[in-house]
Amino acid sequence: MKFRDLSDLAFRNLREAVLRNSLTTLGVAVGVASLVAMLSLGVGLQQLASSRLAKSGLFDSIFVTPKTNLRGPGGGPPATRTPDAKARPLDAAARAEISRLPNVVEVYPQIRFFTEVRYDGKPYATMVAGMPESSKASGAFDGMQGHFFSSPNADEAILQAEFAKELNPQTWLLIGKDLVLRYAERQALPWQAQAGDGPENSGGFSVVPKEKHFRIIGVVETEPASGFGGFGSGRLLIPLPIAETLRAAQVNDLRDILRDSSSGKPAYSSLTVRVKSPSLVVTTEAKLKDLGFSAFSLLDASKALRSFFTVLDILLGIFSSVALAVATLGIVNTLVMAVLERRREIGIMKALGAADGDVKQLFFIEAGVMGLFGGIVGTVIGWLIGRAISFGTNVYLHRQNLSSVDISSVPFWLILGGILFAVLVSLAAGLYPASRAARLDPVQALRYE
Amino acid sequence: MTMPDSRSAIQLDQVSRHYLMGESIIRAVDNVSAAVAPGEFLALLGSSGSGKSTLLNLIAGLDRPSSGSVIAHGQDLSKMSSLELARYRRQTVGMVFQSFNLLPRMTLEENVELPLRLAEVGRSERAARVREALARVGLEKRIGHRPSELSGGEQQRTAIARALVNRPRILLADEPTGNLDSATGESILTLLREIQKNPGMTIVMVTHERALAERFADRLAVMGDGKLLSNGAPG
Repeated sequence: MKFRDLSDLAFRNLREAVLRNSLTTLGVAVGVASLVAMLSLGVGLQQLASSRLAKSGLFDSIFVTPKTNLRGPGGGPPATRTPDAKARPLDAAARAEISRLPNVVEVYPQIRFFTEVRYDGKPYATMVAGMPESSKASGAFDGMQGHFFSSPNADEAILQAEFAKELNPQTWLLIGKDLVLRYAERQALPWQAQAGDGPENSGGFSVVPKEKHFRIIGVVETEPASGFGGFGSGRLLIPLPIAETLRAAQVNDLRDILRDSSSGKPAYSSLTVRVKSPSLVVTTEAKLKDLGFSAFSLLDASKALRSFFTVLDILLGIFSSVALAVATLGIVNTLVMAVLERRREIGIMKALGAADGDVKQLFFIEAGVMGLFGGIVGTVIGWLIGRAISFGTNVYLHRQNLSSVDISSVPFWLILGGILFAVLVSLAAGLYPASRAARLDPVQALRYE
Repeated sequence: MTMPDSRSAIQLDQVSRHYLMGESIIRAVDNVSAAVAPGEFLALLGSSGSGKSTLLNLIAGLDRPSSGSVIAHGQDLSKMSSLELARYRRQTVGMVFQSFNLLPRMTLEENVELPLRLAEVGRSERAARVREALARVGLEKRIGHRPSELSGGEQQRTAIARALVNRPRILLADEPTGNLDSATGESILTLLREIQKNPGMTIVMVTHERALAERFADRLAVMGDGKLLSNGAPG
């Protein structure tokens, strides 16, 4: 019999016992729904974790220090250090050269200095940190009070919440107010200024107290931690280009004096280099070392993350497949009952010329149709369950004053896979009843009342 | 006993069908040889359990003989695969049953169309052939009705239309008047007789109503205890 005619007959048969077949289909739908809902959570959590990791800058960043840097990672204790012929200062020229390396997205210095802030006439000691523009996408500023810097050169400041509470417990009242930053500006000594570059071995610099006004534009709840070496200790955040223009004296400036290596030229204690993707870190790190710098990066954790979530998805899939297994038994039961009830009909069909294969295909199609409808309905229900869980989670997060997240995701492969899996499982469930129907002796079947 | 003839529509050569019931063997059909000529109307008579329906099932290709051979229009059924037997049932024979065996949830049109679907006849041709078959049995106006809306005689006429729709060369009828009153039964046999007049239509009818068989059949064969007792012209 042609497939279209078999399908017509199968749909007619399914309509005849509509309640029983609907309940069986619903069983399949529940099984698929649990599978899709679980996997959508697994996929959603994986995407969330991956995007957060990517945004954190932990795995696409390389920490660069000069080889002469006592503090630099891998440098070892000073006593064991041997002079490196390739060692070179980490100055503006080096920064520009690093920026030109392939796959490098951004190069910025770590600028952080301890200073005094005056607000409402009172002094407060705090750590100031320069924030690169790219930190906006790190996720640390999601859900903050106020907003991120309006431009990289704006005289604006974002306060860390704990520090903001010291200024005013009602932190939202701080936004729009001004504060004064009092800091020590590093200046070249007079003879260095007159001689241009000055003698290389004439270490030292002068420190001049300065003040600068900043407008408070935001309060960030969680401590920003973009990149290792990060901004964790920064309690007052200002745009990085502004922080650079301040030329504020930093802790390692004193070290430079002691080592008598300061030339008065701007030099960096460290630079953070961001590359296009975590997979490019290793090659870029090697190039930086070739240039004569110490370079350090975290291992790419995304691979380990993917492995973890693959295992999680498999476990979630196995547990949620239990419901589908129960539904499969429902299909077997329904079709075995149908074979028993329709024995005479099967006998008539065989007497009229139906081959065993026709009968088998008829029951297969019935099983497949139940699987298809169950799969479609189940996928929709599973998607809704995922959205509901995501919604509930966000309501809770909102009450905790945390930014919303999307923990459920139903990609196209999950929709297709869910439906296909339901059809395949249903066809497998129809295997035994269909074979049983095909094997029926037509003479015996025709005698059946 | 009739010797097999290559010109016969149906030839039975020492056909036996035995069943095992525990340790005893039931000989439902026991060493039967017979021939039915093309276009002949044979009535197969016998008491209940005489083996006439079993023999009809063997001719229909619904069952296989334990020994011997059943040859219909040159095709040896005992050597056919189950797929070939299904094709034989679709193309060569049409069957009519005592209890009509119409599918209750289908309309007359759908019931009569079913053998055409199984034979993979095109949709456009199917409708015309269904109307033609139903017109032949006088039910073309009941095409959309369900079997439960028809009388017994009408249901049997529908079953005959279904048996004829694939234009078989052999019509096998198992007690076609068994569930009908005598007048309706007579009308059904009149219809079968008209159908037989079509060139090449061979009819084998199982019945226990000797009087009707004598009136309508060309020849009577009588069975008892699985054996063919007589095989001659009606009295």
